[in-house]
Amino acid sequence: MAIADIKLRPGVILGAAIALHVVLISAQVNTASGLPMLQVVTVGSFSEVQRGTMSLIDGVRGVWSGYVALRQVQEENTALKQELQNLQVRFQQERAAAQRTDNLRQLLELRDRVHLETVAAEVIAGPANPDFRTITIDKGTSEGLDKDMAVISPAGVVGRVVLPSGRAAQVQLLIDRNAAAGVLIERTRVQGIVMGGGDGPLTLQYVPGTADVRTGDLVVTSGIDGIYPEGFVIGTVDHAERGVGAYHQITVRPAVDFARLEEVLVVRTLPASRGGIEEPRQ
Amino acid sequence: MSSAAALAAILIAIALQTTLGGLVFRGSTAIDLVLIAVVLVAIKSGPVTGLLAGTVAGLLQDALSGGVLGIGGMAKTIVGFLAGVLGRQFIVTAPLPRFVVLLMATGLHAAMFMGLYTLLNLRQFPSPYTAVVGQAFANALVGVMAVTLIEWLPGLVDRHRVGRILKR
Repeated sequence: MAIADIKLRPGVILGAAIALHVVLISAQVNTASGLPMLQVVTVGSFSEVQRGTMSLIDGVRGVWSGYVALRQVQEENTALKQELQNLQVRFQQERAAAQRTDNLRQLLELRDRVHLETVAAEVIAGPANPDFRTITIDKGTSEGLDKDMAVISPAGVVGRVVLPSGRAAQVQLLIDRNAAAGVLIERTRVQGIVMGGGDGPLTLQYVPGTADVRTGDLVVTSGIDGIYPEGFVIGTVDHAERGVGAYHQITVRPAVDFARLEEVLVVRTLPASRGGIEEPRQ
Repeated sequence: MSSAAALAAILIAIALQTTLGGLVFRGSTAIDLVLIAVVLVAIKSGPVTGLLAGTVAGLLQDALSGGVLGIGGMAKTIVGFLAGVLGRQFIVTAPLPRFVVLLMATGLHAAMFMGLYTLLNLRQFPSPYTAVVGQAFANALVGVMAVTLIEWLPGLVDRHRVGRILKR
């Protein structure tokens, strides 16, 4: 700015002159505490600048820290999610192991209860054709398995071995359309034949119409078919009505959940040499 | 008015003020010749010259008086600036406007001077109003007389010289 321009701006000159006087006065005057006013004013004024600068820096630092913290939280969140997923998988594994242990324990209890020679087997495959309700187990002829051996579980009868191989065997489930078993109603000892329908419920046939059949009656194997040992649970009567012929029309709800079979017992004792069961499973 | 003339007026006023420091009306009202000079220079030359004259005069006065350097300077700087503004904005060549400007300038100067000292707790001015009013009227009167004398003096000299020539 040229000197001529400054002369045209008396306000600027006045401001400069006043500022000069303020500085001059402050340099000579002490405050009540005895400190030079120039220092006090300078420190006080500059402290405000410092305060503002520090506030600005703190703000920026806070925003940056928040951003960094947010990133850290995000990374931590991702890690925690991953850990949670791992834990969930591990929990499922532990739970499955516990369930399997429980199943094996029940199988062991079942084996101890029955006076039959049995082999524990694991289900390794489901049906290859949806029209056939079969499973594949990991035991075969090498373990002494043979055709028409009964397959049971702690819940009840599963089916029979239909195709044994060296290290595996195919088992026909009781719900298969071609499956059948000789049964009796435990409460009245009325006998009949239970047949699979290809789906959930079984049909109980050849029960005389005069027989006393009620919903909820327990249906167990009778042992007359030469395959299944006597006294094993098939299921419960789900629906019974007097049919048009000489027999009841009865549907039985299977005791075994065929969709959740994991371990089973194969009764190795052949039907001709079968000795019986200690007590039927409730 | 040139800067040199303004500076000369200030220096003369300070010299007179220091030599005639006991100039007092009615025993309590001191005349501030330096302030009068600043106001007159400002009216004549404008705000910039007025505030510069006020700064120089005030600082010199502060330095010579032993007070806080800058208080009188600031007061006279502002007064010089405002007087210069008034001189630019209004016609203050007549004695009465000059009297009023000097009156107001003295009051403003006293207010700032005493106010700063009081604010900084350096001096106390118990009941200053009478002294300030008296000083204001005295300054205004002396200032108007001085400027009138200064303006008339060249004409009087010329007339006296012409009269002497005519008598011969």
